[in-house]
Amino acid sequence: MLKILKYSFYDLMRSRWSYVYFLFYLLLGFVLLFLNNDVNKAVITLMNIIIVLTPLIGTIFGVMYYYNSKEFTELLLAQPINRSKIFMGQYLGISISLTLSLVLGLGIPFVLYGLFKSTAIFNFSLLLVVGTFLNFIFVALSYNIALSTENKIKGFGYAILMWLFLAVVYDGIFLISLVMFNEYPLDKFSLVATMFNPIDLSRILILLKLDISALLGYTGAVFRKFFGTNLGMLLSMLILVFWVLIPIVRMNFKLRKKDF
Amino acid sequence: MIQFKNLHKRFGKLAVLDGLDLSIKKGGIFAILGPNGSGKTTLIKCLLGMVIPQKGDIFYNDKSVLKKWSYRNELNYLPQIANFPPNLSVQELIEMVKNLRPKESNEQELIDLFGLNDSLQKKLGNLSGGTKQKVNIVLTFMFDSNLIILDEPTNGLDPIALIHLKELIKKEKEKGKTILITTHIMSFVNEVADEIVFLLDGKIYFKGAIDELKKQTNNDDLEHAIANLISKQYA
Repeated sequence: MLKILKYSFYDLMRSRWSYVYFLFYLLLGFVLLFLNNDVNKAVITLMNIIIVLTPLIGTIFGVMYYYNSKEFTELLLAQPINRSKIFMGQYLGISISLTLSLVLGLGIPFVLYGLFKSTAIFNFSLLLVVGTFLNFIFVALSYNIALSTENKIKGFGYAILMWLFLAVVYDGIFLISLVMFNEYPLDKFSLVATMFNPIDLSRILILLKLDISALLGYTGAVFRKFFGTNLGMLLSMLILVFWVLIPIVRMNFKLRKKDF
Repeated sequence: MIQFKNLHKRFGKLAVLDGLDLSIKKGGIFAILGPNGSGKTTLIKCLLGMVIPQKGDIFYNDKSVLKKWSYRNELNYLPQIANFPPNLSVQELIEMVKNLRPKESNEQELIDLFGLNDSLQKKLGNLSGGTKQKVNIVLTFMFDSNLIILDEPTNGLDPIALIHLKELIKKEKEKGKTILITTHIMSFVNEVADEIVFLLDGKIYFKGAIDELKKQTNNDDLEHAIANLISKQYA
């Protein structure tokens, strides 16, 4: 598996898109710091971008890599390697290279700006951790979609729809239901509903830490009231881990029956 | 050496392999023929573990291969479409495949034979279709395995490379290896194959030497003999 990981990673690290992605974050980091002139404020702005953008990029890279490397995967499948190791290697290769673009792209401007002397260092690292989780989650989800969809165009469509649903539509439905049923107690409902969306969960995780949960949404306040900051964070982290593990398990299950 | 027993595979409603039985003995060149969509590639992919049959079993050296993977170290496979990661160079790809198989390899000899020395440092994405197929052939023949499976090996090759390929196949046969080939080019079959396996409707329709086939169909020309077999399907 490590060998496949190495080559997938190497292959991606040499493709133009990894650099575009890296340079984008680099530029974003510098611009935000330049405009805000304050590490703490930059972290909040960054959160809003990372939470929508990393899932999108993870989704697109995942399906793109799967469909583009199909024939090469077939070559690997004819080699004496276990099936699930091939796909786990590819999956980790994509996730790690995306994470590296994120961490280096944002890390360099913030370190240059004096992150290590700032109080925001913990919040900033949390942001990177959440970004990393979102990379791993959405690459796994998009790999699931690609494995189940033979047609490339359909696969792309479903993957984008999945992102659109989790990043935008889900929140809309969530808000409408809160307004519609506001005569009923909704704390538990909103708690559970949040857990079913990794993007919402990540947002809350960061908001809890930034101590501005009361300002930014209903679910954050509920989470804070119920769990207190540390337990809430631990719980959301745990659920994020499940969001990575469940798609991986399904991927391996699917692979056992798949024809190439 | 290889036994397919009562193999069933359907894709949706389409039954591609329908209770296929076939046994291939060690040594010699076997051409797997049949009309388009007759299940040649599916049969090979079942043997490789890339397609999973609904029913039946496959034995390689008397061991079942279903759900196993280590037996693949004992066979070489040339896929139909040569498509590699565009960002790797030829050299890197060869190193990678070598890295994945714990086995002796003689790639330099083959690189010289197909004149690939100038292309070694080029990215695979920049190579022409024929050159990619040559790389594909190098990757297949550089290991010493008892079974060699070639799916449409002549695709896109120039005449010189084709001659080299035929020599290569003959040389491997002389070493006592078993070689399975699928192709639509009958002159190629006529030249290299010892036995023909003809697939039709998901079953083995004919298995035997080329001369037997010619006798059975009353045709001196292999191409017409095969056409004769296929036309029975349309009749």
